Amino acid sequence: MTSVAQTIPGEPPHPHHWTPTNAYHGAKLGMWLFLATEILLFSVLFTAFALYRWAYLGEFHDASLNLDWKLGALNTAVLILSSFTAALAVDAAQRGNNKRVKHLLLFTVMCGGIFLVVKYFEYSHKYHIGLFPGVECPVVEAGALHGSEGHGGGADVAEGGHHLEYCWPKDTSGLSEGQREMLVSSKYKMYFGLYYCMTGLHALHVIIGMLLLSWVCFHASRNRFSEKYYTPVELGALYWHLVDLIWIYLFPLLYLVD
Amino acid sequence: MTVHSDVAHNNKNYLNHETTLWSWLSTVDHKRIGLMYLFTITGFFIVGGLAALTMRMELASSGADFLSPEQYNVLFTLHGAIMIFLFIVPGIPATMGNFLLPLMIGAKDVAFPRLNLLSFYIYVVGAFMALYALLNPIDTGWTFYAPYSMQTQSAVILMTGAAFVLGFSSILTGLNFVVTVHRLRCPGMTWDRLPVFVWGLYATAVIQTLATPVIGMTLLLLIVERWLGVGIFNPAMGGDPVLFEHLFWFYSHPVVYIMVLPAFGVVGEIIPVFSRKPLFGYKMVCYASVAIALVGFLVWAHHMLVAGISDTSAIYFSVITFGVAIPTAIKVFNWVSTMYKGSISFDTPMLYAMGFVFLFMIAGTTGIYLATLAVDVFYHDTYFVVAHFHYTIQGGAVIGLIAALHFWFPKMTGKMYNEPLAKIAFVLVFVGFNLTFLPQFVLGMEGMPRRYFDYLPEFEGLHRLSSYGAVVNGFGYTFALLNLLGAWIFSKKQAPANPYNSLSLEWNTQSPPIHENFEETPSVTDYPYAYGTPVEGGGH
Repeated sequence: MTSVAQTIPGEPPHPHHWTPTNAYHGAKLGMWLFLATEILLFSVLFTAFALYRWAYLGEFHDASLNLDWKLGALNTAVLILSSFTAALAVDAAQRGNNKRVKHLLLFTVMCGGIFLVVKYFEYSHKYHIGLFPGVECPVVEAGALHGSEGHGGGADVAEGGHHLEYCWPKDTSGLSEGQREMLVSSKYKMYFGLYYCMTGLHALHVIIGMLLLSWVCFHASRNRFSEKYYTPVELGALYWHLVDLIWIYLFPLLYLVD
Repeated sequence: MTVHSDVAHNNKNYLNHETTLWSWLSTVDHKRIGLMYLFTITGFFIVGGLAALTMRMELASSGADFLSPEQYNVLFTLHGAIMIFLFIVPGIPATMGNFLLPLMIGAKDVAFPRLNLLSFYIYVVGAFMALYALLNPIDTGWTFYAPYSMQTQSAVILMTGAAFVLGFSSILTGLNFVVTVHRLRCPGMTWDRLPVFVWGLYATAVIQTLATPVIGMTLLLLIVERWLGVGIFNPAMGGDPVLFEHLFWFYSHPVVYIMVLPAFGVVGEIIPVFSRKPLFGYKMVCYASVAIALVGFLVWAHHMLVAGISDTSAIYFSVITFGVAIPTAIKVFNWVSTMYKGSISFDTPMLYAMGFVFLFMIAGTTGIYLATLAVDVFYHDTYFVVAHFHYTIQGGAVIGLIAALHFWFPKMTGKMYNEPLAKIAFVLVFVGFNLTFLPQFVLGMEGMPRRYFDYLPEFEGLHRLSSYGAVVNGFGYTFALLNLLGAWIFSKKQAPANPYNSLSLEWNTQSPPIHENFEETPSVTDYPYAYGTPVEGGGH
């Protein structure tokens, strides 16, 4: 049975079946294995994306024009910076500087927050133009849209002031001809379905990482870490690096590649 | 390594260490967690078994008897999903693995005991989700193939969600075991002194950790597909149902090795003990476990040979599947060679172990039939496949679990079971199982399709035979389990620490073990199969 009760600041916890050095190496091995499972999780989505991009290159290219690479680049810079501060936090923990750990981790978490805010703006823009699953079709006349795939046309909806260019309802039966013109094409659905899955799952992992690092930060504020014990900081930073790494693959794949 | 048959016995053990309900629910003791898994999966084994018996009752005569076709579809889906996700995948690792792994390597517990408890509770949550899904039971087959799984009105999201949750339990257990084997071996316990059961658990844990995330994501995509209509697997929207099959089988082939590798390990423990001879080719058996785990990742599309994959792919997967049989064959040869010129005693665990070898040979060779492209064209989706996988899973993994339950029963409970009754149960299980599934090979060869609610009258004789076998089989399992349960509750005979004079570390502590496993941390100087060698440390 692990004895969590006595945690002396600076001292490693003492589950009775581990020595402290062994516990550190075991914990790291466990975290690396867990990261491997996360990579395999995302690999399914990357595989599906690669396959369908190869099959539908034209449509995927057109669909990707709806993404703003500048926002994506901003997010990339934010995450890389946050990975840097996380690594600095590990270094600080190894020197026993809990105050610095706390500040660096707070900054890292804040960067995660910025990432999510930018993501929110990206998603809400797409929602406003109807490129989001579940957006119902407004009442439109046939031919009311000028060029349903560019940014030129779009139907105004009375409530909410959405300038819908597309709609993506769950049920496509019983739609008028005008509404059908607005429907997201099936290949666009494929692209954006994968886009939302991939970036959504990634955003979920950003949130998890933020929670994890906040918890570690809380312990730093209690002077928990020292040269003898900094395992949680290292493991938390490892997780955060994975979150960053996945985005580094997502960004070029979705935003940059033609 | 010396066998301590004089292990001190005191009345304190892990069972009476603390006895409140909360002490069990909040336990981080791997032995208690193993027991909790054992009772839960046994419950699901019974549920899945009842589904099977119901189907076999319907199939005993041709023509509709008491089930509708829709009900039949539900039954074979539930039988598969429950037996696979709720019984045999947790199976030996979660029960016997949890109980034995730390003991066998001389450790006090697994690497992350609290994570172990979390794994159990995640399993319980998944189990409740699956039970809740029974209110609108799915009829897609346990394989959830698109496009039907996207169209059926049954509770697909709930059931695949349950499987997703159960997958987390499997991943965390696998991760726990890998770190345990790497980091918690006692002094002297080098990799080449580990029991083969530990090697089997290690190889299994690697597969669990790496393969399960893939099915998790695949089922999540299926849920997204049903919920949002994205089109990934929907041909009407440019998607590909075969992509689902690829992603599904990428996990679901390795999962069969998760089921059977621990059983190989169990057999590798039992046969040397009851032959009083060292395990033949110990190192090759260990390497073979790892080889099976690795090569098992490369053969998934042999489940899809007639699904429309290219000829090149089909040829590749067929050839590699032949290859994955080789390490298993090595093990079979080694087990049999262990018995050769040994001093064999036919205790119940040995009967089950020998039964395993026989049944798995049939399983493996019929697998080669199915891997042969020209043959698979005829046998795919027939009863031949059904018989093959029941021989591997039931004749292999389940028999392995029952063997393990009998072999380690004294260690887990501190009691001895009734040996004659256990032998009778074995005969019922063995005869019943073969009577159920041997006719199914013939049915398959004659063209009887699988997952069919009804059939042509000419198949009735073999179906009737199979149904009789199912009853005997079910009765046999019931008898075996009741015998063990009865012994645990009513037997007064205290089991010795080492009733079979076995050399591995778990026998070097009292039966049942104390809470901390060992009085002092043990150390070893040799591998655990030096039976019959006159000089201590004679080695291998």
